[in-house]
Amino acid sequence: MSTTLKRVHGFLAEFDSVQDLYHAAEHVRDAGYQRWDVHSPFPIHGMDHAMGVKRSKLPWFVFFGGITGTTVAFTLQTLTQTTFWGDIGLGFLQKLAETYPTVVQAKPTHIWTLPAFFPVMFELTILFSAFTTLFGLLGLIGLPRLNHPLFVSKRFAKFSDDGFFVCIEARDPKFSQEGTKSFLEKLGGKNVELVEDEI
Amino acid sequence: MEATATTHSTEAHTGPARILDREPLVLNNRSYSWISNRICGIVENKQPLLWWILFVPSVLLTGLTAFCFTYLISTGVGVWGQKQPVAWAWDITNFVFWIGIGHAGTLISAILFLTRQKWRTSVNRAAEAMTLFAVMCAGLFPAFHVGRVWMVWFLAPIPNANAIWQNFKSPLLWDVFAVSTYFTVSVIFWYIGLIPDLATLRDRCKPGLKKALYGIFALGWRGANRHWSHYETAYMLLAALSTPLVLSVHSVVSFDFATSIVPGWHTTIFPPYFVAGAIFGGFAMVLTLMIPVSKIYGLSDLITPKHIDNMAKVILLTGTIVGYAYCMEFFIAYYSANKYELQTFQLRGLYGPSTWAYYFMFGFNVFSPQLFWFRWCRHNLVVVMIVCMCVNAGMWFERYVIIATTLERHLVPGSWRVYEATWVDKFTFLGTFGMFMMLFLLFLRFLPVIAIGEVKGVLPQANPHFNDHDEKGVQEEDLMNYADRHVAKASA
Repeated sequence: MSTTLKRVHGFLAEFDSVQDLYHAAEHVRDAGYQRWDVHSPFPIHGMDHAMGVKRSKLPWFVFFGGITGTTVAFTLQTLTQTTFWGDIGLGFLQKLAETYPTVVQAKPTHIWTLPAFFPVMFELTILFSAFTTLFGLLGLIGLPRLNHPLFVSKRFAKFSDDGFFVCIEARDPKFSQEGTKSFLEKLGGKNVELVEDEI
Repeated sequence: MEATATTHSTEAHTGPARILDREPLVLNNRSYSWISNRICGIVENKQPLLWWILFVPSVLLTGLTAFCFTYLISTGVGVWGQKQPVAWAWDITNFVFWIGIGHAGTLISAILFLTRQKWRTSVNRAAEAMTLFAVMCAGLFPAFHVGRVWMVWFLAPIPNANAIWQNFKSPLLWDVFAVSTYFTVSVIFWYIGLIPDLATLRDRCKPGLKKALYGIFALGWRGANRHWSHYETAYMLLAALSTPLVLSVHSVVSFDFATSIVPGWHTTIFPPYFVAGAIFGGFAMVLTLMIPVSKIYGLSDLITPKHIDNMAKVILLTGTIVGYAYCMEFFIAYYSANKYELQTFQLRGLYGPSTWAYYFMFGFNVFSPQLFWFRWCRHNLVVVMIVCMCVNAGMWFERYVIIATTLERHLVPGSWRVYEATWVDKFTFLGTFGMFMMLFLLFLRFLPVIAIGEVKGVLPQANPHFNDHDEKGVQEEDLMNYADRHVAKASA
């Protein structure tokens, strides 16, 4: 249901080219804004620096995701194929999981048969890492979401074609209705627009 | 041409035209919106008549595979041509063939990404899609090869009713893990690459079901740089994960053979030989699909002679590696002084019942790509298509030679038998081509065939320092000359 109540999301300014956007971003960064972003149809080389965005923490998640994969594969295979857990005094784990080594083609059941487990350990490391990458990415960028105040702006749809935008959000402590608007216009922003969110 | 290279080379150069200017990746100075319009247009406009002419038979052929598998299940595995000692024949040949084709996509996406080969942007999306479809075709064969396909869940790491688990020491189970991981990771990689382009399609649609569907799959993407920052890291990570993965998958497939003690299979050269063969066959299939797509949909500014040239060179390189492996196998069979090994190779290549397959393999895979030493051949689309067709066929024969002809002459001469494929074998395989084509045509119909965002990112004007006067001291005039030279060269 739509009401007449609206909340200001921020100011959206359009720029003509990557180069203009890049310089505008440098100025917004230097002006000390925190809650703002640039929108472009493709990633712009060096924009992280121009915006002062820190390196993504995603690789750390993926590292631990990968280690989990290796551990799962190691445990799965040693529990079901070897006497390793009993040998190190943790035989109860095998009892709990109701597993016992199945001897196929008289192959050994001690831990030194480990190299035969490397392929699956490798594959599960990659599999878990890839899933961590996907879900870590979605978690870090806060997607999927069904809507966003920016999509209210008709002009904004150009971002996925050839539009370059800067959006300074109202929750930024330095945000002001007049100051931010004239700041964006001074940077060369065109069609500076107040984006409002229906609540 | 790398975006950053533009400024540097212009800075360094103000004199006469340089000989070693890089060729532009997108011809005719196309704009951002031209790229969006051209690629999204394929999805938004009516498909050409040719699309339907190809699609209808593809669906019928897919039905043929479905019929053959139904016939197989309802009658029994005897309808295939396998008899002792040839227990692995067309089915495993087809499996390895399709899996091999499925390697080029991830290679183009991952390895060329890590090595900063920016020309990949025009072909990676279609190659990745092709990978997925090829792996789907591949997966059918081992699933039905197990005999009782309704027991195929035994391949999954779940204990059966007697709490007996799978034999994790078996290369066949490694294969299950490798192929399923490969498929899953390829889907993730492909999908993450698609998100920004799905947003482009979403933003161009009129409100309705289409917009809603593209919107849901675009996840609410809004091109924010704080998102791009994580996105690029994720893409890089997936590339770094896929690179060893793609090499491992065909290595593990080769372990199915290499860890056995069958003469002709038990060789350490198999993993690198299989991987090179997979890249070789996969690139041939990419060209087989992309050259017609580029012609039919008018994408020749995006898929330029430079792209085809590069891929032809990869085919030449990997084809030569494969040729080296064929010769080295023969040499080691002789040098090892193992008479069983030597006899296997003599029967394969010199006086066995299926030497014809060996000659097809050798001619198609080793000799035909040698044409690509010549620039004229790499730039003549007819020659490129013919060579790629030869390679596609040759790679199938390679697997047939390795698998079926080796088994025909087993260690016990009394059980020797020449393999003959039945009509069910043949039609099942033929039908998978239909399935592959059908899926690829549907992909063309509903998804952007070229990575729109990535191609925009390699345009010269996407470089934030493209016309910086103050910081780089570049004269605009020089830049214009530079661009003009490219246009002149491209149109020449």
